[in-house]
Amino acid sequence: MHIVVCMKQVPDSAQIRVHPVTNTIMRQGVPTIINPYDLFALEEALHLRDRLGGEVTVLTMGPPMAEESLRKALTFGADRAVLLTDRAFAGSDTLATSFALAAALNKIGQEFGEPPIVFTGKQTIDGDTAQVGPGIAKRLGLNQLTYVARIADLDPAAGTITVERRAEGGLQVLQTRLPVLITMLEGVNEIRRGSLDDAYRAARAQVVRWSAADAGITELARCGLKGSPTIVKKVFAPQGRAEKVRQVPTADRSADELAVDVIAAIFRTQPPLEDDLLRFAAGQ
Amino acid sequence: MIRDKFDAIVVGAGPSGNAAAYTMAKEGLKVLQLERGEYPGSKNVQGAILYADALEKIIPDFREDAPLERHVIEQRLWTMDDTSYVGMHYRSDDFNEEKPNRYTIIRAQFDRWFSGKVREAGAVLLCETTVTELLRDPQGRVIGVRTDRDGGTAFADVVILGEGVNGLVGQRSGLRPELKPDTVALAVKEMHFLPREVIESRFNLAGNEGVVIEAMGTITDGMTGTGFIYTNQESISIGIGCIVSDFAESGRTPYGLLEAFKRHPSVRPLLEGSECKEYAAHLIPEGGYNAMPELFGDGWIVVGDAGQFVNAVHREGSNLAMTTGRVAGETVVWLKRRREMATKANLAEYQRRLEETFVMKDLRKYRRIPDFLHRNKHIFGVYPKLLSAAAQTWFRVDGVDKRAKEKQIFQSFRSGRTLPGLIGDALKLARSWR
Ligand SMILES: Cc1cc2nc3c(=O)[nH]c(=O)nc-3n(C[C@H](O)[C@H](O)[C@H](O)COP(=O)(O)OP(=O)(O)OC[C@H]3O[C@@H](n4cnc5c(N)ncnc54)[C@H](O)[C@@H]3O)c2cc1C
Repeated sequence: MHIVVCMKQVPDSAQIRVHPVTNTIMRQGVPTIINPYDLFALEEALHLRDRLGGEVTVLTMGPPMAEESLRKALTFGADRAVLLTDRAFAGSDTLATSFALAAALNKIGQEFGEPPIVFTGKQTIDGDTAQVGPGIAKRLGLNQLTYVARIADLDPAAGTITVERRAEGGLQVLQTRLPVLITMLEGVNEIRRGSLDDAYRAARAQVVRWSAADAGITELARCGLKGSPTIVKKVFAPQGRAEKVRQVPTADRSADELAVDVIAAIFRTQPPLEDDLLRFAAGQ
Repeated sequence: MIRDKFDAIVVGAGPSGNAAAYTMAKEGLKVLQLERGEYPGSKNVQGAILYADALEKIIPDFREDAPLERHVIEQRLWTMDDTSYVGMHYRSDDFNEEKPNRYTIIRAQFDRWFSGKVREAGAVLLCETTVTELLRDPQGRVIGVRTDRDGGTAFADVVILGEGVNGLVGQRSGLRPELKPDTVALAVKEMHFLPREVIESRFNLAGNEGVVIEAMGTITDGMTGTGFIYTNQESISIGIGCIVSDFAESGRTPYGLLEAFKRHPSVRPLLEGSECKEYAAHLIPEGGYNAMPELFGDGWIVVGDAGQFVNAVHREGSNLAMTTGRVAGETVVWLKRRREMATKANLAEYQRRLEETFVMKDLRKYRRIPDFLHRNKHIFGVYPKLLSAAAQTWFRVDGVDKRAKEKQIFQSFRSGRTLPGLIGDALKLARSWR
């Protein structure tokens, strides 16, 4: 079975900083990683391949340096990597991204075999929209299974799949027909290490590079900034709290006295709280 | 198992491993390089000063695209007591030359750049792959390595160990004894960020000019060690290190020393307003010539810190690493051309070639220094105090006549360290320096 995993290279949010003046994210010098949510999708795909045979292709749209993330995915054990890269894609929002990825997925189908399953992560850590996966599903007419916690059953011959989906208030068991788009939930598996052979193969692999034209995209107006109706009007950092840690001296105080000190200290910084409490006490 | 067989496997992607891998790959050898870090440089710590000469001999036009911070135009040597320093500064516009001699660098960036060159030259690099042991044939010849990945063996005609100071692979494989605490220093270092302009005005610099400060004295609290402050483009590297056995004896902590160094009244203003964004600790092999392990054997060669190739007095390490890596690579290429095996006898050529370079000449010249410093720790405490007191007596204008001041200074030296002591130190130092 041919499985495609769509993934994104994102700045490592643990090491990111916001510019104090412009409030924009300072990407320069920040190391990039594979969007952590995508790794759960990748592991699930590799696991299915190991069980059922076939190939895993990883696909990403991004700048040329996104090749690094693809190579890493190959190290984990993916069989093929496709990088969709073109100036025309710069500034894409989720609508334009799903348009381009859907086109690339069509092309992948023609070149390397139709994939009955396309995976994406639940969402990205830099955009957090969770829209690209469903966008792709809609454009390609794939049944979509989002927030999947477990693939309970997969029958390629019958063309059916059963999954457990985490939903508000419980777990849904869903069955549908292939082909599907699955967005994997986090924490459901752990990405493997990759054997020495995988690492060696990855280091020497040729990453497939497609421009918009290579992917068969003719409507450039639907790509990049031009094809993106979303406009970021303003970016701002949440106000940091001025108060940090307040110390209450403990020497020579009994526990009761200390409790009173602490409450007094809290009321000093939060006068409304005291009012509320007094009103509440009076009401009783 | 990787089915391909390699001409050489290089362990480590620091300066020594990269120099070796580059030298061989460029000559068309099939090279596999294994690095345990997430990327080359992710595990590595250095001050860091890059000495151009050693790199020029490997990549002559490295200045075109290497990530260099500042070229060094001023060297400051400080002898410090608790409140003062006596300094020797050398600054020269001659260092503003077309091809400067020394640069400050940031290792994480530099190692990545160097590794890019290695891969361009044709070597295959696998990161996040730790070599766990050497593989041998029944005759005991090294024929490959085992790694921590599944199916983790790979084979080659020769294995070059550029694994750094700890040298666990070599140790585990019985190529060398365990490190001794009195032959390694433990150094800690921080990167403090400041705007370019602030650094340039604080250190009296223009453009990409840089200053480096090396410091010794009471900052190491009687232990054998030194501190340093280097200027990068938008940050200052500050660090301090002492011999591990001294730390063990004194019970002092490395970060405690660094905090005190940073608080020193001569240092604090240099860091004022900076943001510390990185903290690192690393060992430095400082045992010198006498602590060197065996450097080669049947099917293996040791390069860089793993072979104790550091000149602690001059704070040179990366250049010895690059030079030993290059010479090891050249030796392997030479053998390959002659269709000869990497036997112990044939690899002796590596050491013969090294003897012709500054590496062995310098290490041999300073072979007595580590021991001298070990036995004469007062050098780090007594003299800085005496020197500072002398300077203060001399420069303070307080109605005491100059002859009396001279006498006072002489007296303080005699009572601080007795006349025989003074003469003895001078003689011993001269003898170890020779
Ligand atoms: C604080 C400090 C300041 C210094 N300042 C200077 C300076 O200013 N100028 C200077 O020239 N030198 C300086 N040095 C010394 C210099 O950093 C070293 O001499 C130099 O890095 C040695 O290079 P190397 O390649 O031998 O080892 P390293 O740079 O340590 O590289 C070894 C590599 O091998 C990898 N490795 C280790 N074990 C394995 C394994 N089992 N499998 C796979 N990979 C492995 C490591 O991850 C690492 O990348 C300084 C050192 C320190 C600690």
